Amino acid sequence: MRTSFIAKKPSVLVFLLALAAFTIAVTILSEGFGIGVISTSFIKTLGKTLCLCLIAVAMDLVWGFTGILSLGHFAFFGLGGYMIGMWLMYERTRLIVSEALMQGQIPPTDAEVIEGIGNQIFGVVGSSEFPIVWAFADSLGLQLLLVVLVPGILALIFGWLAFRSRVTGVYLSILTQAMTLALALYLFQNDSGLRGNNGLSGLQNLPGVETPQSIVSMWFFLASALALALGYTLAAWIVSGKFGSVIRGIRDNETRVRFLGYSVEGFKLAVFTFTACIAAIAGALYYPQAGIINPAEVVPIASIYLAVWVAIGGRGRLYGAVIGAGFVSLISTWFTGGQAPDINLGFYTIKWVDWWLVLLGLSFVAVTLFAPKGIGGLFDRLKKEGGA
Amino acid sequence: MIRILIACLALMCWGQAGLALDLTLQEILQQNKKLVEKPSRKTIGPVIEEIAASNLSQVQGFLEAWGNKQVWQRRSDGLFFFGTAVAKRQYELTDPDSGESVGEFTKKDLKQLKPNSGVRALIATALVQFQLSDLDPVKRAEALQAMERAPTAKHLAPLRLSIENELDADLKARKSRLERLLTISFDPDTATRVAAIQSFEGDLGVDVRATLNPLVVTSVNITSGDLPTDENIARVIKPGSEDLSVPAAYDLLVASKLAPPATSAEDIRAALVAHIDGGQVAKISVAQLSDPEIRRQAYDRLAEQSLVPAFIDEEDIAKKLLGYTVYETFAETSVAVTDAAQAALSKIDLNVGMNQTLDLTLDAISLASIYFLAAIGLAITFGVMGVINMAHGEFIMMGAYTGYVVQQVIPNHTVSILVALPLAFAVTFAAGVVMERLVIRYLYNRPLETLLATFGISIALQQLAKNIFGTQARPLTAPGWLDGAWVMNDVVSISFIRIAIFILALIFLGMFLFIMKRTRLGLETRTVTQNPRMAASMGINPDRVNMLTFGLGSGIAGVAGVAIGLFAKVTSEMGNDYIVQSFMTVVVGGVGNIWGALAGATMIGFLQKGIEWGYPSNTLAAQTYMIIFIIIFIQFKPRGIIALKGRAAGD
Repeated sequence: MRTSFIAKKPSVLVFLLALAAFTIAVTILSEGFGIGVISTSFIKTLGKTLCLCLIAVAMDLVWGFTGILSLGHFAFFGLGGYMIGMWLMYERTRLIVSEALMQGQIPPTDAEVIEGIGNQIFGVVGSSEFPIVWAFADSLGLQLLLVVLVPGILALIFGWLAFRSRVTGVYLSILTQAMTLALALYLFQNDSGLRGNNGLSGLQNLPGVETPQSIVSMWFFLASALALALGYTLAAWIVSGKFGSVIRGIRDNETRVRFLGYSVEGFKLAVFTFTACIAAIAGALYYPQAGIINPAEVVPIASIYLAVWVAIGGRGRLYGAVIGAGFVSLISTWFTGGQAPDINLGFYTIKWVDWWLVLLGLSFVAVTLFAPKGIGGLFDRLKKEGGA
Repeated sequence: MIRILIACLALMCWGQAGLALDLTLQEILQQNKKLVEKPSRKTIGPVIEEIAASNLSQVQGFLEAWGNKQVWQRRSDGLFFFGTAVAKRQYELTDPDSGESVGEFTKKDLKQLKPNSGVRALIATALVQFQLSDLDPVKRAEALQAMERAPTAKHLAPLRLSIENELDADLKARKSRLERLLTISFDPDTATRVAAIQSFEGDLGVDVRATLNPLVVTSVNITSGDLPTDENIARVIKPGSEDLSVPAAYDLLVASKLAPPATSAEDIRAALVAHIDGGQVAKISVAQLSDPEIRRQAYDRLAEQSLVPAFIDEEDIAKKLLGYTVYETFAETSVAVTDAAQAALSKIDLNVGMNQTLDLTLDAISLASIYFLAAIGLAITFGVMGVINMAHGEFIMMGAYTGYVVQQVIPNHTVSILVALPLAFAVTFAAGVVMERLVIRYLYNRPLETLLATFGISIALQQLAKNIFGTQARPLTAPGWLDGAWVMNDVVSISFIRIAIFILALIFLGMFLFIMKRTRLGLETRTVTQNPRMAASMGINPDRVNMLTFGLGSGIAGVAGVAIGLFAKVTSEMGNDYIVQSFMTVVVGGVGNIWGALAGATMIGFLQKGIEWGYPSNTLAAQTYMIIFIIIFIQFKPRGIIALKGRAAGD
């Protein structure tokens, strides 16, 4: 089964080989495991980019293959980050607080430790009580489960409501955008239980692990690469079979697929929920590398950027999504990081920090108008010319 | 006594008449010479009272002069005079009683009376009763205002006297209102007070509530025996009920030193730490003390040795509380007055509640008109043409910035707004037409791609605005005649800007209906929307119609931007605040129908204000719940409140 699928889709093999080569090359050049050409902060950037590639694969599955333009997947990404962030922050604070209390003349009770943690974490929002959402924060296993469960169940409920009442096309996009906005506004509140707009911070430090950041960043980089490889293969496997044909059918003509007897809503819901889970996993890997998560990460515009990456990379093909996310996010970092040389026109100096978004926006219009297949479309053209 | 004697002697020496009861001003002042020379807040009171009680016609003038530091004392004989500067260091003195000039003196012969601010305040208080009957209505109003600000019992009598002779109807009403308020607070007769309280039933004034509330203020007391009979008891509270938790009741006992404080976990900890002895506390090793149970054991052992007070647990607390009664007492001693005040307050509360509902409704209407304004352009481009324009918010932003730029050029705010409205329309109309020609017309059958392309334009425009105008908020000032608010009473008020926006929304609604139903363009737009090919075969140019319609929708967004900029800050990101709400408005209301946008805006406006009322001071929560509500609403009405039926609904 598996061999036949790889044989049917040689592009998966090519992608996996390319990813492996990239990962090995980066590992050799890294500060932590290799010769130290690539700095730790850039390793983190690369690791984060791999996570963004993973969520782009999820986005491509739901938009490029099923035709649902979801503007809510970055919300699931952020939720995944919040879930893992809760454990990281709780556990690290617990270690610090218990150590501090142990310095006292008598050892602390559990209640005192928990009160101390509460003060540390929620002091910024003027509270020390643990909200109910932190009920499982002391257990890594449960919290890891929540990484998938919380966004998954949210996607399931939202998707069930939306698909059941046949909300499609742009209406669905606007509805998902509203969901994202509602989530972001909720998280911005101080009494949301997730520290309001302070967000969760200090996530780059693994609790109880004394290893330097150069090594930890490599662990996360390798984990992100592995997650991307698995996610990509899984996505490719899904779209290669009968399931893939059905969802492509839904994308091209929903009514016709329904008349053929397929439960369109069920397929859509399955894809929507599955991709939400992948997005959440990507988020859970991303935010420990970023070190901080706050509600600003979840605002609707982030999800739209996600759609932009996939469109520029070329939707309807998984490698297109990866290329788009990798290319655009890295080039964004380059331009907005102030590394790009300014262009002096004599009468006006173009500072890329200011003009990059204008360029991105316009290039996006250009891609939609002139290259609807995105960068991935170039491969087709090359193939055609090679064939001729 | 001695002082008076000396004063009398002094008076006799001057040989002036008037040892009788009716002393002149000068005589009163001489009697209290020392106090007047060096007045202090604490001692001057009786003197001022004596002056005020003398009923002399000159009193008001003298007190005013004294307060204004215009009274001088002649060093040679210690007499007091009004002094006016005639030349440098040269003053003309006037007798305070007769008002006749007594000649000019140089400054070194004189001493100015300089009462400090505390004394001046006392003088002003005494003056009020004279000013209440002053001939100048402005002064009377000022005096009244001073009394309203700081009412005292002393004001009551002069106020009552002054009402009858008051000629100005407005002032008379204010005086009688204040008289009733003062009666409530200060009149000794209970029946009069109750009558005054009853006269205010249902009154919305803040002053009434400020007067009545102190009457019903209660304090919590605790007693071991029967309830005292000499106090005005509001009610008996049972500890453990909703109003008073058991620990709070116990704290009352502790506060009155009737019981030892309850032992908290912190107390146990402190006690244990204090009794650590060689790694052990009461023969329990310190390392074991991380368990609360063992901590308790150790504490009990310490208590047995009488090293610490015995542990007080919940049972002890409950037992202790059984012997006491907790009750609330009114600060006001008269039962009739508190009953009347409570009755009046509950009626007032009801009335205030009703008026607050009205106020909330007005707020909701004004919010709805803002949403409607923001969404009406979208109702054309999205609702009628079916084009998803994510840059709609940026057109609003462009309109607002146009208004800002116009204000930089034309300083007169009224003129600049009148110029800005059509100019904003022109600018955004042009931008809309350009966008339609260059981008949207290629994407008419690909709505999702339109969404993404217009989003690209949106981020480009936002960044462009940021590059041109910077990140800080720019002001768009409303003309002066829009400042202020229409105040109906102390509860209900609405600012003129909001009324103006409401009217603007109505004008837009009318304009939209007129264009769509009564003009050639509207007819052609509707035709092209329904069937572009058929329209083309009828000789209509669909390209031109689409271009103009899109321009019209964008132009309206620009005008809305000027209106929104008047009350919200103008930033490059202001479009973000409105884009999702605008789409929600159109989708909830029903696409393709202006009445739908109106219904959607009304619903969202009322909903948001309603939720904000339920969750005060938390607009974020209100917005969150509103969006969740809308998501659920769309489940049941996917086509919006006002859905098009039949063929027009399309797919």
